Amino acid sequence: MEFLRPATWDEALAAKAEYPTALPISGGTDVMVEMNFDVHRPSAILDLNRITELSEWQIADDVVQLGASVPYTRIINELSGPLPGLALAAHTVGSPQIRNRGGVGGNLGGASPAGDAHPALLAAGRDVFVEVASQARGTRLIAIDDFYVGVKRNSMEKDELIRRVHIPVADGPQQFSKIGTRNAMVIAVCAFGFALHPKNGTVGTGIGSAAPTPRRAVEAEEYLAGVLAERGLWQSGDLLGTEVIQRFGELVKAAASPIDDVRGTAEYRRHSLAVMARRTLTWTWNDYSKQIRSAA
Amino acid sequence: MSTRTIQGQKNLQDINQASKDGIGGSPLRPDGTLKVKGEFAYSSDLWHEDMLWGMALRSPHPRANILSVDISEAVKLPGVYAVLTHDDIPGSKFYGLEIQDQPALAIDKVRYHGEAIAIVAADHPETARRAVKKIKVEYEVLTPIVTEEQCLDPETYGYVHEPHEFKSHGHGNICHSQKLVHGGGVTDEIRALADVVVSGHYEVGMQDQAFLGPESGLAVPAEDGGMDLYVATQWLHVDRQQVAPVLGIPEEKLRLTLAGVGGAFGGREDLSMQIHACLLAQRTGKPVKIVYARDESFFGHVHRHPAKMYYEHGATRDGKLVYADARIVLDGGAYASASPAVVGNAASLGHGPYNIPNVRMEAIALYSNNPSCGAMRGFGAVQACFGYETQMDKLAAELGMDPVELRQLNAMSEGDPMPTGQVIDSPAPVAQLLQIVKDRPLPPPLDLDNLDVRTLPGALSNTSHGEGIVRGVGYSVGIKNVGFSEGFDDYSTARVRLEVIGGEPVAMVHTAMAEVGQGGITVHAQIARTELGVEQVTIHPANTEVGSAGSTSASRQTYMTGGAVKYAAEAVKAALIEKGRRRYGWTQTDIILLGGKVISEAGGPLVSIVDLLGDEAIDLTREHHHRPTVPFDKETGQGFGHVQYTFCANRAVVDVDIELGLVKVVELTAAQDVGKALNPLSVIGQIQGGCTQALGLAVMEEIIVKDGKVRNASFTDYLIPTILDVPPIPVDMLELPDPHAPYGLRGVGEAPTVSATPSIVAAIRQATGIALNRIPVRPEHLTGTL
Ligand SMILES: Cc1cc2nc3c(=O)[nH]c(=O)nc-3n(C[C@H](O)[C@H](O)[C@H](O)COP(=O)(O)OP(=O)(O)OC[C@H]3O[C@@H](n4cnc5c(N)ncnc54)[C@H](O)[C@@H]3O)c2cc1C
Repeated sequence: MEFLRPATWDEALAAKAEYPTALPISGGTDVMVEMNFDVHRPSAILDLNRITELSEWQIADDVVQLGASVPYTRIINELSGPLPGLALAAHTVGSPQIRNRGGVGGNLGGASPAGDAHPALLAAGRDVFVEVASQARGTRLIAIDDFYVGVKRNSMEKDELIRRVHIPVADGPQQFSKIGTRNAMVIAVCAFGFALHPKNGTVGTGIGSAAPTPRRAVEAEEYLAGVLAERGLWQSGDLLGTEVIQRFGELVKAAASPIDDVRGTAEYRRHSLAVMARRTLTWTWNDYSKQIRSAA
Repeated sequence: MSTRTIQGQKNLQDINQASKDGIGGSPLRPDGTLKVKGEFAYSSDLWHEDMLWGMALRSPHPRANILSVDISEAVKLPGVYAVLTHDDIPGSKFYGLEIQDQPALAIDKVRYHGEAIAIVAADHPETARRAVKKIKVEYEVLTPIVTEEQCLDPETYGYVHEPHEFKSHGHGNICHSQKLVHGGGVTDEIRALADVVVSGHYEVGMQDQAFLGPESGLAVPAEDGGMDLYVATQWLHVDRQQVAPVLGIPEEKLRLTLAGVGGAFGGREDLSMQIHACLLAQRTGKPVKIVYARDESFFGHVHRHPAKMYYEHGATRDGKLVYADARIVLDGGAYASASPAVVGNAASLGHGPYNIPNVRMEAIALYSNNPSCGAMRGFGAVQACFGYETQMDKLAAELGMDPVELRQLNAMSEGDPMPTGQVIDSPAPVAQLLQIVKDRPLPPPLDLDNLDVRTLPGALSNTSHGEGIVRGVGYSVGIKNVGFSEGFDDYSTARVRLEVIGGEPVAMVHTAMAEVGQGGITVHAQIARTELGVEQVTIHPANTEVGSAGSTSASRQTYMTGGAVKYAAEAVKAALIEKGRRRYGWTQTDIILLGGKVISEAGGPLVSIVDLLGDEAIDLTREHHHRPTVPFDKETGQGFGHVQYTFCANRAVVDVDIELGLVKVVELTAAQDVGKALNPLSVIGQIQGGCTQALGLAVMEEIIVKDGKVRNASFTDYLIPTILDVPPIPVDMLELPDPHAPYGLRGVGEAPTVSATPSIVAAIRQATGIALNRIPVRPEHLTGTL
């Protein structure tokens, strides 16, 4: 097995071009486990840990450019202001050791439907982009809605690597909830990310572990955005009412297509998605109303 | 976390407390710091120059005929030294703890998912792995026999072991059974005496021991044609007894030494890699190491028997139990393992610590094509306790009585008979233990204004900010036996040596006891300090150079091997004093050893141990046999079958998110009679650990088996409690001495694992109003989404 250790992004792209089957490794919290369980026997491993820019983030034009290898611990500590949904999701990942190593690039690379970053990224809006690059074709931005294409499959080419993720700075409250059958260190039975985007009058949703890919609850988003606009709620911050909350929950539930597996039944996943949708909507709306009222 | 000790009557022996690290003290474990720092050498760290790596090929099918095994490609791989099947076994092809029904390597058929078929030795683990993949097995896949209905109808569904090859005491697909009748049994006339009757069907899922150190060991061939085996196990001598015949060598040529054990909980009572490593070492003439990967570990050891149970209780209107009836069906899986003992415990302890004038019970263990089940902490008693304690709550509800009062009204105490007719002849403070947990102040209610999500169901998963949360409180009490039962003489041996080293008296304790994390070696040193009046004690590595110490299971090691150390140390003390009498002509009868000196209690110091001993060493070995027991009568279950009983009571406080079905155990209180706490810190550790394992069974731990196939052989999906799942566990220790036991002590390791599960389920039931007849309780049960 080859072990490639590029020092720069360009060297990494060159290495990936030369060895398209090389398996990138960042935190290794998926890669090493899968190798131990004999899922992969890669011919080469491409270690990204020497490329410092992958562990950096910056904010430009109200967009966070999050390096692929920034570990969850730093997202929690440094970015819970601009990326509250992702920071909450990061909190639910594994254990302190895993959060110290794993990051969003690895979550996207694996593209597991159970990855916790995905619902938060989807909820953060349609302007979330994964920046990938190859030596041959250079850089491209993949919209988050086009990124997940199948169970553990993403829309990257074999010679591409993830450089960073572009996520708009939150302009409203965001939440993330995840169901696990124990109170820490658990792979999601299902998860839900939710965000209010008052600037453009939309809301964002993300469903995890309840379909072949992470997905958005499109009808739920449209329904709620419609209600908020029609009733002037963005301006008033008035109560949503149980009927709206209930309906939103039902639409989120309807957007899922879960299966029965060892972690839970499809029926439970649907049920709990509706509960999480109602609760996260309630929390974010309460926060939003408070902001409106204190501004008024 | 508060802990209290409640003194009973004066202890049998007025224990000499001269050394603060003697018995009754809490010296720290010598392995503790090393383990915390990651420096402890586990069996998986063993290494030998020139060693090979062993690996097994395992069946992907739960039931199949093996039509052919082709090893030719595997053997050709460079770096492969041997590929063996059952044809290559020089001695007996079968082994087993009680019944030798398990082939060391599958012969013509496989009976469970993961059964070993062939083994490989290679110069690198990766080479071994590749070689295993090159072995070609042709199977005729058969429909597995997995349900109770299928097992009980072998004519239709087939035999796990064909009648001509059947080795256990049962018949058909029944491995073992035990009936019990007490008083008038359960007849229509007896039933008519009850004013109220409650009944129910209960189910317990398959729990795993989930020890963290995978099965591993190193076999080193010796010049004399024998073998040295270094291994993590629970009982060196019984391993030797099972391995030597397969190798075709006499027992004395197989020498075992205990390697670092990373947890056991019953899962190391059966053999795992022992035979395989030895066979490969014997064939290649080279040392062979085997370490299981995590998934292989789930196939490589037995689990807790899943159970289906029917219980029926009748009582008078004022709450007095009139009769109890039960049928417990345990799924033993493909091979017998400890099934007979598990059945014996379920039958004899399965009606709990209650006085019930009329009792009937039948417990059976099935053979099936599910994974083999055997020993796990509290076996037989754990499953039953969930049944009878659920019944007690049902009965209390039916009678409109307080559940604790109902239990106390029927609680047994010293002098009462068990349903087996065995009279309990030492303290049995069942009602008192319940009172202690009931009297503990309750934890404060949730403070909705200052919420810390970590304290809520779901914790950092952020599923609730107080919505849907309901608190519940539940109680339970349980009974467990200590030591091996039903006529088994599980004696222990200890060798104690006293000599002067560097001008100081030093004791050495040598036993074959498996230290699996229970703290036995710490206690042995404490006993030697107290008995011999010395500070310095060394513990000899556990091996088969000394006689058997029996198994580190059944809550027995402090009682049995601790007892043997006590008796060996007493013999050394007597020999030393005798030496002094001969030399100095002492006539006093009140001579003791204390603080390195020989002392007359009335007259003061006589001589120092160093001066008396000089260059001589006193080195003596003693065996400790517990009082004899007898097998239970097959039909009536009567007999003096158990050595000692142990009791624990619990109160659980839980918060349930009733909309999401998520549970947070808020507090789990335990009260247990420990007879005498030789090391209070270790005792509390055992009780808290036992409660934690019980919590796992209550709300998360289950090996999921579908059509005989294991679906979650990993710690990703076999969930065990994390620190955010384990609540404060306040412990009350009673110390009521048992006159039959060394120091009056009572085995402690298992009772809380038996009793704590039902208290948690009762608390969830109180919070949700849902019946909950199956454990582990899943969110689906609580939300109607199964
Ligand atoms: C004990 C444990 C608990 C866990 N709990 C959770 C959990 O709760 N929630 C959760 O979502 N996940 C969990 N995981 C999985 C894992 O930690 C996450 O998926 C994490 O985000 C992976 O990040 P990493 O940097 O370690 O990825 P790696 O293991 O290094 O890589 C993961 C995948 O991404 C690819 N990859 C990595 N970096 C790049 C890149 N820059 N460009 C292209 N491809 C790349 C790799 O080739 C690989 O396919 C857990 C893992 C463990 C071991």
